[in-house]
Amino acid sequence: MIRILKKKQLSSDVFQMELEAPHISESRKAGQFVILMLDDEYSERIPLTIADGDGKKGTITIIFQAVGGTTLALSRLEEGEAIAHVLGPLGTPTHIEKQKKPVICVGGGIGVAPLHPIVQAHKAAGNRVITIMGARNKDLLILEEEMAALSDELIICTDDGSKGRKALVTEPLKELCEADEKPAECVAIGPPVMMKFCAETTRPYKLHTMVSLNTIMVDGTGMCGGCRVTVGKETKFVCVDGPEFDGHLVDFSSMMSRMSSYKTQEDEHTCRLEEKAKELAAGGVR
Amino acid sequence: MTCGYKDPGTLDLEALAVRENLNLPQGLNQIKKKDRAAIPQQEMPSQEAGIRGGNMTEVALGYSENQVIVEASRCLECANAPCVKGCPVSIDIPGFIGAAAKGEFDEALDIIKESSMLPAICGRVCPQEKQCMETCTLGKIRKDPMESVAIGRIERFLADRGAEKGDSTVDKAPSTGKKVAIVGSGPSGLTTAADLARLGHEVTVFEAFHKAGGVTVYGIPEFRLPKSIVQREVDNLEAMGVQFVYDFLVGRTRTVKELMEKDGYHAVYVANGAGLPKFMNIPGENLVGVFSANEYLTRANLMKAYDTEKAATPIYKSRKVAVFGGGNVAMDAARTALRLGAEEVHIVYRRTEKEMPARVEEVHHAREEGIIFDLLTNPTAIISDDQGRVAGIECLQYELGEADESGRRRPVAIEGSEFFMDIDTCITALGNSSNPLVTGTTPELDTNKWGNITVNEDGMTSMPGVFAGGDIVQGAATVILAMGDGRTAARGIHEYLNQ
Ligand SMILES: Cc1cc2nc3c(=O)[nH]c(=O)nc-3n(C[C@H](O)[C@H](O)[C@H](O)COP(=O)(O)OP(=O)(O)OC[C@H]3O[C@@H](n4cnc5c(N)ncnc54)[C@H](O)[C@@H]3O)c2cc1C
Ligand code: SF4
Ligand code: FES
Repeated sequence: MIRILKKKQLSSDVFQMELEAPHISESRKAGQFVILMLDDEYSERIPLTIADGDGKKGTITIIFQAVGGTTLALSRLEEGEAIAHVLGPLGTPTHIEKQKKPVICVGGGIGVAPLHPIVQAHKAAGNRVITIMGARNKDLLILEEEMAALSDELIICTDDGSKGRKALVTEPLKELCEADEKPAECVAIGPPVMMKFCAETTRPYKLHTMVSLNTIMVDGTGMCGGCRVTVGKETKFVCVDGPEFDGHLVDFSSMMSRMSSYKTQEDEHTCRLEEKAKELAAGGVR
Repeated sequence: MTCGYKDPGTLDLEALAVRENLNLPQGLNQIKKKDRAAIPQQEMPSQEAGIRGGNMTEVALGYSENQVIVEASRCLECANAPCVKGCPVSIDIPGFIGAAAKGEFDEALDIIKESSMLPAICGRVCPQEKQCMETCTLGKIRKDPMESVAIGRIERFLADRGAEKGDSTVDKAPSTGKKVAIVGSGPSGLTTAADLARLGHEVTVFEAFHKAGGVTVYGIPEFRLPKSIVQREVDNLEAMGVQFVYDFLVGRTRTVKELMEKDGYHAVYVANGAGLPKFMNIPGENLVGVFSANEYLTRANLMKAYDTEKAATPIYKSRKVAVFGGGNVAMDAARTALRLGAEEVHIVYRRTEKEMPARVEEVHHAREEGIIFDLLTNPTAIISDDQGRVAGIECLQYELGEADESGRRRPVAIEGSEFFMDIDTCITALGNSSNPLVTGTTPELDTNKWGNITVNEDGMTSMPGVFAGGDIVQGAATVILAMGDGRTAARGIHEYLNQ
């Protein structure tokens, strides 16, 4: 049982929780994630990145978007309540090197959450960080203050222009690739399509670009292979070999179709959950 | 093999008739060996094939008391007991069977428990026909190991009966003040935990999953090994004071070294299983609809995806399934797919049925349930539809050629025999290699070229105080070997701690 110490709503459907998890907090590094499960029997196991942590307090922070049945249920838990199971830290930590030139960190939507500890780690290593944050509109931007405080330069983009530049994140990214001071590396985390296009943007400039993949997972220990992706002709397990890979080598289209493996079933399940919720709300059945 | 279905009641009545004829239980000695050998083997009562294909509950229902007594009376009580030599943990087989034949069931179970910790599990899943039943004299006389004394079925009866009676409060030695960490709660870890707790050590089991039992809960399906049986063993250990820590991945949450240096464990037993699925490296293996058996079975068993009403974990909806492989894992995956509603399930195997490593009983059950066996067949590519989903497989036909060093005839591809199979789901059940998470984060541990940890005869690794056993040492093997290793290591650890 892992206790929820703090809960905060970041946007209409994005939540942040601070969890009491001393073992995980002590060992975790940037780029790692946890797998959690809400009960002992019928819940599913879902991966969530560790967005932050405090080794002294023994806490970790998770940020998630309430989109499916499990994240919806998670979002309904309150401070003081507990999550039945949290396993971690999982995955290979981000490779952080001291760079002479700037590091570009791109975060799209909820992808800013996993990006946060990576920016922290780059700053801790003494790197100059330029962060690009993007979202559909200004209400969907998360961790803006934190990112502004951490980054040497912060560029905000929204699709509708309600904040910052009215542009896709790839636009400023391309400009930075063409700037006089060539960047040392790029990290891009967000929806698969965004990561794919970031990788395409940096490819002509041969700018090393790491992406963080969020595939379907079960165990998170390398036992099932459900998380596998094709990276440069080779099969890799995201939960142990990743979650970060060279964006220029990832087969995004294969990954995206694998991520939709259960689309119809999940929709059905969420529908059923919603129906149940409606019934309950209407004070109907049972 | 029997034909025609007989329900448990009929089988019991038939056994009763034989039993009355034998005039037992005054003892076996009165029946001549010749007559004993003539007693027909008792058939295992089971759910009828047509019915069980639609449910997840156990297929084999277990002998009745009459059947056990009759089956045990078939034993010839051989002086040299070749069956014991076939048993990886040397259970005194004629000893417990003799007691069972006399109806002394408690005594019989005690004899088993001297050598085996998990008889209810082993009675169900051991490949008896390759172990005790292979060497049994009766099988030799009848020229078929499947006609030997049904040792495992008797073992299962005794273990289940013992559990129902609620046995297993064991004497515990006074506390030694020594702490032992066990990595993994599969059969190997559970065995070591039991033995060490009994010896008075303080035992903590660290498990990555949210449930204990290892492959016996995430891999082997309910219809072959009910989860409640494994849970019973875990409950017993908890009652003995063994601590279980779930959601703890050694190598990530803590390393082996940290367990010893930071947390003060005096010894560690690494029993983290094999747990790295093999794929075939053929084109199309990362398409939607291709699964390792580990994933498919974990979803279906541990995550209960068969219960589509309650379970949040989805499982792929299949019409025509091909399972690649011929071992227990392949049979389990195929029979699970059938129960989840697939119209057609194929076992695609490169050799013939004779070479299949699966338990004979499982192959038999799979056939009865309507699984199609495509033998001497091997997939060469998985074909995609326009959405990246499996649309079929390309196969080659094989024939058996010359024998290789191991004496098995090597399958060779028949030129020009390519053909296409209409399939929408592929499950690879080609076995497991060793998961590198623990070894990779513990450079002090010596491994062989397959990544298996190497140990000495006491189960100790190259790292002082760290022992290992089960699949991580043996390579994907069997429950009984994992349990045997656990016993050896427990003795080794006890000696090490007493030094
Ligand atoms: C589908 C299937 C069917 C089988 N059928 C049979 C059969 O009929 N008969 C038979 O004899 N054998 C069978 N086997 C093989 C048998 O199950 C194994 O040989 C046996 O379970 C091995 O036991 P173990 O304790 O070594 O490991 P496992 O049972 O694999 O248990 C290892 C445990 O360690 C945990 N773990 C792994 N890494 C870590 C870590 N880093 N930190 C913490 N915990 C960790 C795992 O989650 C797991 O719970 C089958 C195997 C499979 C997959
Ligand atoms: S070999 Fe067979 S017949 Fe002989 S003692 Fe063992 S079980 Fe009995
Ligand atoms: S989630 Fe199972 S191997 Fe990665």
